[in-house]
Amino acid sequence: MSELRFTDQHEWVRLDGDEATIGITRYAAESLGDVVFVELPAKGRTVGAGAQAAVVESVKAASEVYAPVGGEVTAANAALEAEPAKVNADPEGEGWFFKVKMSDKAAFGKLMDEAAYKEFVKGL
Amino acid sequence: MSMNNQGRPTSAGNAGNTSELATISGDRGLHHEERLIFEIGRAGMTGVDLPESQVTDARLGGMRRRGEIGLPGLSEPEVIRHYVRLSRMNYAIDAGLYPLGSCTMKHNPRLNEKMARLPGFGDLHPLAPRSTTQGALALISELMRWLTTLTGMPAVAMSPKAGAHGELCGLLAIRAAIEARGEKRPRILVPESAHGTNPATAALAGFTVDQVPAKPNGHVDAEALKVKLGPDVAGIMLTNPNTCGLFEPDIIAMAEAVHKAGGYFYCDGANFNAIAGRVRPGDLGIDAMHINLHKTFSTPHGGGGPGAGPVVLSERLAPFAPLPLLVADKDGFRLVEDRAELPAGAKPFGRMSAFHGQMGMFVRALAYMLSHGRDGVRQASEDAVLSANYILASLKDIMSAPFGDGPCMHEALFDDTFLEGTGVTTLDFAKAMIDEGYHPMTMYFPLVVHGAMLIEPTESESKESLDRFITVLRGLAEDAKAGRKARFDGAPHFAPRRRLDETAAARKPVLRWRRETMPEAAE
Repeated sequence: MSELRFTDQHEWVRLDGDEATIGITRYAAESLGDVVFVELPAKGRTVGAGAQAAVVESVKAASEVYAPVGGEVTAANAALEAEPAKVNADPEGEGWFFKVKMSDKAAFGKLMDEAAYKEFVKGL
Repeated sequence: MSMNNQGRPTSAGNAGNTSELATISGDRGLHHEERLIFEIGRAGMTGVDLPESQVTDARLGGMRRRGEIGLPGLSEPEVIRHYVRLSRMNYAIDAGLYPLGSCTMKHNPRLNEKMARLPGFGDLHPLAPRSTTQGALALISELMRWLTTLTGMPAVAMSPKAGAHGELCGLLAIRAAIEARGEKRPRILVPESAHGTNPATAALAGFTVDQVPAKPNGHVDAEALKVKLGPDVAGIMLTNPNTCGLFEPDIIAMAEAVHKAGGYFYCDGANFNAIAGRVRPGDLGIDAMHINLHKTFSTPHGGGGPGAGPVVLSERLAPFAPLPLLVADKDGFRLVEDRAELPAGAKPFGRMSAFHGQMGMFVRALAYMLSHGRDGVRQASEDAVLSANYILASLKDIMSAPFGDGPCMHEALFDDTFLEGTGVTTLDFAKAMIDEGYHPMTMYFPLVVHGAMLIEPTESESKESLDRFITVLRGLAEDAKAGRKARFDGAPHFAPRRRLDETAAARKPVLRWRRETMPEAAE
């Protein structure tokens, strides 16, 4: 059973065992507009919680994507490099960015759940 | 009575959507549908009669030509028409109001051009002997005096060639000063409202960038800045007036805090045109600031240049100014290019360019300064601020100004709150301005405001010109609010091209024309 959490920087994290899948939220994808380029972290790289891990560029702006939880990168969604449009089409599914083997589970518990994130977005 | 008392109809009449009407030629009135020069040229055509070539060997060294070179062949009138037609698709300050915020598209006085074309300046070579360049060096020296006087700073580096180049010069001087102190300070603080070049420059100069948030009123959060200061902070890069068009009231306190923490204060001088002659950056505690001669001092720019970005430096940074240094001695002026000849105390961090800077821009900038005088420079700043406030005051009831409660400086910032629920976006609104004959304002910048529209009218516009512009923007805002969307959908309708597909252009850019395999142009 996977758990879904959100950050105030509009990333989502889905946890399966100790593997976390990370992407940007639907709200983020819609605010950015059409995504034209995604830069992903290399497999094997260790990212710290809150550190910059990826870059997403839309017709409007380039933005950094932070790793909501720290750990070693186990996979990156190479399909986004050829088809960045997936981020707009299915941001919280096929448009995932990368996966990490989470080093610290406590950080995950501190993130917002879906209801809290919805509330957070409403206030923006 | 046979006299025609009806007159010739002068109204546009019921023309409907003229963009739907097709012409036989593909041209639309005076808008010529001009193809690429490669498409209109043909082999064998030439503008000059050359004697038959005596060389029949197509080899170059050991290499043989394998295909056509593919240069377009055209006659002289064809070449002239091609470029004249292209030039008529252009929009320039000479054609109309150019409200691009942050860019200061002001009038370029023709006197500047006349001075820059004097043979003594225009025909000068950067390597000409010193004895023949005394006048040019004296001009640079005089311009330096103006820049240091207007800014209240002791030194200025003239060689940076544009704003961002000036930023780099300033940050390299800061880095050199920190290294000279034997310290390591890897962080630079940059407010989130900054020009994109600021964090890019800091990164290029080897620093890491830390963002300082803005307060809800558009000002930099001085308290948040103070919390971020520490022994690892090299300095701060701040724009004043900032990119929201607001003067930073806490700037002196911020400068003092940065200095107390051992850092340096870089000011992005892109908006100096709002305060030149009124405020001296040196009095605000600034250590380095670039001055965009092409903005504040009216040298022509756009489409990538040319720019000139001299950097004024404080006492603490002056020793690190880059080579060449202009010095005067008993034989006149000379440029110090060599470390062996350095004046006492000079510790240049290196150099920014091969020569001494943009001479053509120097001549124009000094011509502007001398023809305006100090009081004129001050009045130009005041008029620029007045123009922007006139626009802000005339539009804030119908558009939405996030910081409209108080006056602005040289640019008026609106957001897209007034378009909420209309289905019209900032982009649609800006494109509809093209149909009205205006270059759009800066849009979606600064990032601290949603759907930003940043309007900088400059002091060049008359009240009549501003009134006409305001009437157009009010009309567009009324149409958007009244649900008259047709003019916005797919706008521009009357420009040589309709709305471009920016997404396709970014995802599948066509960067090179090829004779056979050109896809349909994106409409």
